[in-house]
Amino acid sequence: MRALKVAKDLVAASATPMVLGILADGQSYGYAILRRISELSGGELDWTEGLLYPLLHRLERLGYVESSWQSVTGERRRKYYRITDNGRAELAEQRRQWDTVVDALKEIWFGRGDRGPLTAIPLEHRA
Amino acid sequence: MTAQEGQDELEAQFTHWRHYVQRRRELHPPDTDELEDHLRGSVDELVAAGLSADEAFLVAVKRMGSLDELSREFAREHSERLWKQLVLAGGTSGPVADTRTRQELLVMVICAAGAAVSIKVPGLFGLRFGEDGAFYGPNLSLFALPWLAAFLAWRRQIPRRLIETLAALFALGAVAANAYSLADTSQSVVLTSLHLPIALWLVVGLAYVGDDWRASRPRMDFIRFSGEWFVYFVLIALGGGVLMAFTYGTFEAIGIEAEEFITQWLLPCGVVAAVVVAGWLVEAKQSVVENIAPVLARLFTPLFTAILLILLIAIASTGAGIDVEREALILFNLLLVVVLGLLLYSISARDPLAPPGLFDKLQLALVVSALAIDVLVLVEITGRISDYGTTPNKAAALGENAILLVNLAWSAWLLLRFVRRHTSFMALERWQTDYLSVYAAWAWIVVLVFPPLFGYA
Repeated sequence: MRALKVAKDLVAASATPMVLGILADGQSYGYAILRRISELSGGELDWTEGLLYPLLHRLERLGYVESSWQSVTGERRRKYYRITDNGRAELAEQRRQWDTVVDALKEIWFGRGDRGPLTAIPLEHRA
Repeated sequence: MTAQEGQDELEAQFTHWRHYVQRRRELHPPDTDELEDHLRGSVDELVAAGLSADEAFLVAVKRMGSLDELSREFAREHSERLWKQLVLAGGTSGPVADTRTRQELLVMVICAAGAAVSIKVPGLFGLRFGEDGAFYGPNLSLFALPWLAAFLAWRRQIPRRLIETLAALFALGAVAANAYSLADTSQSVVLTSLHLPIALWLVVGLAYVGDDWRASRPRMDFIRFSGEWFVYFVLIALGGGVLMAFTYGTFEAIGIEAEEFITQWLLPCGVVAAVVVAGWLVEAKQSVVENIAPVLARLFTPLFTAILLILLIAIASTGAGIDVEREALILFNLLLVVVLGLLLYSISARDPLAPPGLFDKLQLALVVSALAIDVLVLVEITGRISDYGTTPNKAAALGENAILLVNLAWSAWLLLRFVRRHTSFMALERWQTDYLSVYAAWAWIVVLVFPPLFGYA
């Protein structure tokens, strides 16, 4: 059992930029994407197949990724996804928005303001 | 267990899993492939971590979560998949099925085109559709139904002997329509025009059921086919009407008279081609859409029952006589046909093993009230017939009334016995399918025997 799981809404909101970000490093397939996300979050982001595959299909419908069935030598035939130029533009836009959110949160939690740092609160919850 | 055995068992489990997943409409075959690849990735990793193959499979499937949830997520992205689509050609059900679908489409197009061409052949001899009613009226079904029968015969690969029988029956129909020289204005022309399509439709039924024409179940399938065919034909006809209206309007706007094209080409060719296309649609979509005729029957059975009961009460309380002109007799004949149709299509969709329920009682009420009304009409009319002497129309109308009356009376008896659990539902189904032969016999009698019997009047 994992001590902490990221809330469902937050997982859903961050799913698109994560998938696009991973695909920006090169083409990949479903299982590998899931593994990579698990790795990056230290196992705390627990995605289901029901989240990943419909999301990939939606991104494909929106034109952010392309897919093709390929057989890499020595491997099974797989459906690979590749980011498109539109997808890169979308990733840049999402990144800008996430930066804004993250910056604002950091400002609140580790703010330089006169109230001083409030780091104790999240850490207590984490324990 | 050796590694090879473990591998074989794993493959068997994957096959099992695929069959299970493929039953979900939300998941298309490429999605299943993708998910299978995912599952295999999971299994490989677990095996590498030291689990045995079947343990790894169980864990991997468990991790994937319930199929219900997975399907729901897929449905949110692919909501269009919940609307079953009729794939005309090149479906997703595998290459063998695809070739078959394409072949069927091709044969259907050939048959529809054949029908469209055949109805224009008499035009070469100066006959005009819509004006030479004495020719086109009785012959119209001969330009469409043989083509539909040909399509069905091809699709079912029926034996040669049966094909010869079909050809002979259609030839007989052609003789009946043309051998007697009937005047344009004679009642017999109208009767033949109305009854030959019925006779030939049952010949189409022969092509539909093939060798099993004596058995009850294939006959019931043909009744289902007929209902769906009718629904599709009406839908196509509605579309055709819109097409004609636009053709007329738009060409008139640019100063070209399109009436000749519409009445001599678009309408006749469209009608006969639509007969074939509707038949093909029913065959092609059998597994795609729920049958609509039984749904309509269910919807209208209570409404018709209510109207008929109110009508009976009104007749009883006002004491008003029924105005029985010839038109009235035809109207009440049609009423019996509608009631019979409601009964037939409710039967066609019913689970024969289900116990009698409220709906069966409702049907009994419908049939009994229709019978009561019909008896009142018959009592009124018998005197009149002897007053004026018989004409072909009166004889045909009375004969049909008698046939429907017998059918419904016996149906009511069987329904009553069924509701009281004295007999099984199959008896009613058998009775209806056996009775198809009576319709066929009567239609052929009207077409072949009536004109000479009544002196070609």
